[in-house]
Amino acid sequence: MAAVATNPTAPSPARQRKERLDRGIKVRSEDIYALNSWRELAYLLAPRVLPVILVLLLGFGAPLYWQRVLLSTMVFGLLAISWDLLAQAGMVCLGQALFFGVGAYIAGILNHYFGITPFVTIPLGALGGGLLCTLLLLPVLRLRGIYFAMVTLILPLMIERIIEATKIFGGTEGISGLTPLPGHGLELFLIMAAFWIALFGFRRMMTSDYGLVLKGINDNDRAVMSAGLNIYRYKAQILFLAGSTGAFAGAFMTHAYQFVGMPVFALDYSILPIASAAVGGLGTLAGPALGAFILVPMSELLRGFGGLRIVIYAVLLVVFTVGLPEGVFHFLRRKYTQFERWAEVSK
Amino acid sequence: MLTGYLIYGLINSVVLVLVALGFNLTFGISGVANFAFGALYVTAGFLAWIGLNTLSLPYWVSAPLAVLITAVLAGLLYRVVVLRVRGLVVSEVIATFGVGLALLELFRFLGFIGFEYTLPDAGDFGVSVLGVVIDSQRLLIVAMGAALTAFLWLFTRYTTTGRAFRAIAQDEHTALTLGINTERTATIAVAFGAGYAAVAALVILPLGTIAVNEGYNVLVNALAVCIVGGLGSTLGVIVASFLIGMAQTLTAAYLGTHWMMIVSLVAILLILLVRPSGLFGSHKQLEERI
Repeated sequence: MAAVATNPTAPSPARQRKERLDRGIKVRSEDIYALNSWRELAYLLAPRVLPVILVLLLGFGAPLYWQRVLLSTMVFGLLAISWDLLAQAGMVCLGQALFFGVGAYIAGILNHYFGITPFVTIPLGALGGGLLCTLLLLPVLRLRGIYFAMVTLILPLMIERIIEATKIFGGTEGISGLTPLPGHGLELFLIMAAFWIALFGFRRMMTSDYGLVLKGINDNDRAVMSAGLNIYRYKAQILFLAGSTGAFAGAFMTHAYQFVGMPVFALDYSILPIASAAVGGLGTLAGPALGAFILVPMSELLRGFGGLRIVIYAVLLVVFTVGLPEGVFHFLRRKYTQFERWAEVSK
Repeated sequence: MLTGYLIYGLINSVVLVLVALGFNLTFGISGVANFAFGALYVTAGFLAWIGLNTLSLPYWVSAPLAVLITAVLAGLLYRVVVLRVRGLVVSEVIATFGVGLALLELFRFLGFIGFEYTLPDAGDFGVSVLGVVIDSQRLLIVAMGAALTAFLWLFTRYTTTGRAFRAIAQDEHTALTLGINTERTATIAVAFGAGYAAVAALVILPLGTIAVNEGYNVLVNALAVCIVGGLGSTLGVIVASFLIGMAQTLTAAYLGTHWMMIVSLVAILLILLVRPSGLFGSHKQLEERI
């Protein structure tokens, strides 16, 4: 069970390498699954329960301004989770704003033109958005890699321009004065619940047989096809799941800000989830979510710098991606589950 | 009227060719992502402006210096940033885009906004073609477009370095076994592409002012042209530039400027749907779809 890697940048004297070994507690609690003490139970539970409690305390203890920041952090977190879910099924998406925007517009239109309450528009926005995006992307499901990515990059930009040119649904002005959710507490609770359900639910799904097929599609789609599985069905299903998650974030944000307009298709909503994934670590769902929790509050903290804000933000982003290419989450997990030591290299 | 639109459409197309050549050289021919491309383009413009106005250097010193500094900056960008995440495509794109973002916003922060940031143009004379007067700067753009395209085409076919560019995009490991220093080649490719961006900036920017937002537009345009034409194909860049350039000018003239962007986006979508690797792309069918 020893995972060994060399670290070329370490200040190693002559011919040493870093050796990494799994902690005994990890092997007992995860691999052979024989828990025999509260300590081992705590070892398993801590990284899962502590963040939930921490966010809950933070959300209901912080001043109103930071509650709003937390809210948008979790919206971006949901987008990042939905991005990573797609990426794990072999679909790299450069246009998360498509899901976000479609969900936002469906909720906004239902509320503004038909006067439907947010408790109905948000679920409808999520499901309808997921369905609409799946139908929209169905013709290009056969495309792979960068070609699929390019289509997803272009679609939200195009919808934005069409709304601008045809002036439908409020045109450049957008629709404002939508019904807010009753109470900030409920709002915060709702987005927290959605965030944790998406994170833990999808993580659970990826460990099941169904998730195994998805990972197979990512690793080698032709091998999965030759096993007699219809990969397009799987891809369409994941597109719907990820699309609905993104559309939920959009529909929720619409009612939280009581406004929907062209900015929901802006590049921010596409780039931030990818940046979160790059910072947090790809392929774990928790990594991108963690990345969102680093990037969104950081960009708020930098507001004091005025015009320099974006410069500092961009530089920090580069430092993160270049300095820790594996991502923060993989780094933390390695420290939590393994210990490291310097070992002599034998010839 | 129509001849006027057609001729200005052609010039718009050459502008696109100029902008896309450098990007295509780096991303298409050599397979290295450089999404700081737009920022480097704007940087070259500002460097030339600083050389001319702040340091009062003559144009023939300031312009080549701007091109050189931009190329060196891009080479450094590759060495310091991209090399560390080479192979992780998402990280490559994010890191280079982040550097571009930082550069552009730094210019904005330092106050490089306004109408005084212009570069000198080629002079006040014009040539009449089919009853339409074309000014000297636009003539220079067409001439530079033709010259740079021809040079790139010859360079990637008949020089060792140029062929090494294509080799590392096709298969980096095979290139290594044939004695190509892939890291050095990639550095040169990035610097070379940035040099092209700088030259394009020096001939295109005199038509308007040097604006920070131009950096983002240039990147989107270059990306669009390269996708439609097919990554890595010089002929593809030319054909795609003419398609998109003409389509943009004609829609702006007859449908209104709002539709200009939509037409080029629809063109990209259709191309991706029908022929994902572009009009002249050389990728194999199985790499693009299953």
